[in-house]
Amino acid sequence: MSDTLIDANWLDYLLVAIYFAFVLGIGVMARRSVSDSIDFFLSGRSLPAWVTGLAFISANLGAVEIMGMSANGAQLGMPTFHYFWVGAVPAMLFLGVVMMPFYYGSKVRSVPEFMFRRFGTGAHLVNAISFAVAQLLIAGVNLALLAGIVRALLGWPIWVALIVAGAVVLSYITLGGLSAAIYNEVLQFFVIVASLLPLTLIGLHRVGGWDGLTDKINAASDGAASASDAPPATQQLNAWPGEALSGFDSPLLSVIGIVFGLGFVLSFGYWTTNFVEVQRAMASDSISAARKTPIIGAFPKMFVPFIVIVPGMISAVLVQEMIDLKNGGSPEGGASGEGVAYNDALLLLMRDVLPNGLLGLAIAGLLAAFMAGMAANISAFNTVFSYDLWQRYIRKDHSDDYYLRIGRLATVGATVIAIFTAQIALGYDNVMNYLQTLFGFFNAPLFATFILGMFWKRMTPTAGWVGLVAGTLSAIAVDRLAAAGLFELSGQGVAFLAASVAFVVDIVLSIVVSLVTKPKPASELRGLVYSETPREDRTDPNEASMPWYQRTAPLAGIALAIVIVLNFAF
Amino acid sequence: MSHTTESDETTGKPHKAGLFDIRNIIGVLMGLYGVILALAGLLGEHEPDKTGGVNANLWTGLGLLAVGACFLLWAKLRPIVVPANVDAPDDDPTRPAPRRRRPSAH
Repeated sequence: MSDTLIDANWLDYLLVAIYFAFVLGIGVMARRSVSDSIDFFLSGRSLPAWVTGLAFISANLGAVEIMGMSANGAQLGMPTFHYFWVGAVPAMLFLGVVMMPFYYGSKVRSVPEFMFRRFGTGAHLVNAISFAVAQLLIAGVNLALLAGIVRALLGWPIWVALIVAGAVVLSYITLGGLSAAIYNEVLQFFVIVASLLPLTLIGLHRVGGWDGLTDKINAASDGAASASDAPPATQQLNAWPGEALSGFDSPLLSVIGIVFGLGFVLSFGYWTTNFVEVQRAMASDSISAARKTPIIGAFPKMFVPFIVIVPGMISAVLVQEMIDLKNGGSPEGGASGEGVAYNDALLLLMRDVLPNGLLGLAIAGLLAAFMAGMAANISAFNTVFSYDLWQRYIRKDHSDDYYLRIGRLATVGATVIAIFTAQIALGYDNVMNYLQTLFGFFNAPLFATFILGMFWKRMTPTAGWVGLVAGTLSAIAVDRLAAAGLFELSGQGVAFLAASVAFVVDIVLSIVVSLVTKPKPASELRGLVYSETPREDRTDPNEASMPWYQRTAPLAGIALAIVIVLNFAF
Repeated sequence: MSHTTESDETTGKPHKAGLFDIRNIIGVLMGLYGVILALAGLLGEHEPDKTGGVNANLWTGLGLLAVGACFLLWAKLRPIVVPANVDAPDDDPTRPAPRRRRPSAH
């Protein structure tokens, strides 16, 4: 073995090169308008629903999913499934059934824009700033993971890897890596599945199947050293009540923490207000298709945990470094160069079980996911910065070229800043803890304000921004109190608690403030508030004539039924 | 918006999406990966100590070939028809391409 973490050869690099040749090739052809078929797919009008559905989940199948979930699987085991079956899937169904008509009907293009229409300037400014900051921080997570792979492949010091990875993402954006977005996202989904599925199967084969995996987890837990802070095997092997995940000792509190904190506040907040994903659905040709996009995405999404969490669990009993780490040791190596972390679970498993060839496929999938993820963060930042902040509040009424230039500067600036925010992400042993903390700061209050503003026409513009500010501040306060050691919750318990507190504070303050300030006239709320939106604006008249399997509600019902069965089965 | 002329080379009548049908792209990429991996599995060392004795490259390669063939077949049997006049892709704030511009907002 050489001194790199992963031993890739020419075959692996060939597979990676083919992927990027495809992606950039289509991007170039798209920009030169070689074929109107490409325009057709990129404009997204009347695309088959499976395409937008896959793009919808693929837009999120990056850092959070692959590395975070496998790290969580390695550290905590099966309670991680809650992120999918209590978190994402119900939230995606809720998005499709309840929220989408408002987004689609009001034709907003970004979260801040919705805030502006509903609440005016105050909430818009607060939200635009917090959205921009969140994108920079999340771009840092993607960059840190990307740099980790570069380092694992080439053995460079982490700061060199960060700068190189930043430069690579910048050139990916400049070369038009985002112009073939829908092709990229769908291709990325297949490449990732094509590499993670064999990884899972071979891994299971190596540990002796599912029984072998549970035996090994039991054995590891029985023989654990006292320094080990791994949860007991029964908690790792059952999704409920998930004390290891929520950090509560009481099973009842744990279930409440997971259902309310993770399920309701964090996941609903994430999926319903994250326009990087919502945007995929907005491009479809009718309300009906837009609503079905997240619902169709929910079907593959249910089964994603089997190829991201299970490999993490396998890694924790098969890879020597991970076994040592879980047993309380601090083994050398790892992608960050500062010792093995749970974040390395997937990379180390790939090193141990994938032959050259499949290894290259896996690397292509991971690079693609992090690169596309970071590029999406950067351009979302770019848009909000140039149009929502710069154009509205700093320099109005300049030419389009002027804002394009500002946008380019913002792109470069954001990449540089991401190199620094990546340092924060590298400080976390399990990147999932960090991500959930961020979502608690930014998404939980946003969700509270959205949902209240959407269903309560009395909510006033002042309440809009006050709720957001107070919610975010209270989540940060909870997090800092926990960091200062005033109370202790393991797993992602602190993030769940911070998110729940932010949600409650936001709702309560918004109601109080609304009662003493002046609401917007009802005439301005059409399409933005449930009671002010006529039914025909919210539904698609053609939907009643479609067969049942193409209608929104029956599809959502089936998805819900399957996910409930999965919850009981594990 | 000012510049709408650049997408005027549309063919003007409905036609099949052809090579750029997303299913063909998926089919070609998966098929190409399938061929390479299957060959690697047949010709290369197959590293049984890593995989526990399974020729993982070969099997994955064959699987990908099958998936790729299904997509190509699907695209062939049920072609997507591109309408006569396709609008240039709409500007998308979360993934803007360099060539596109956004109308001054709000």
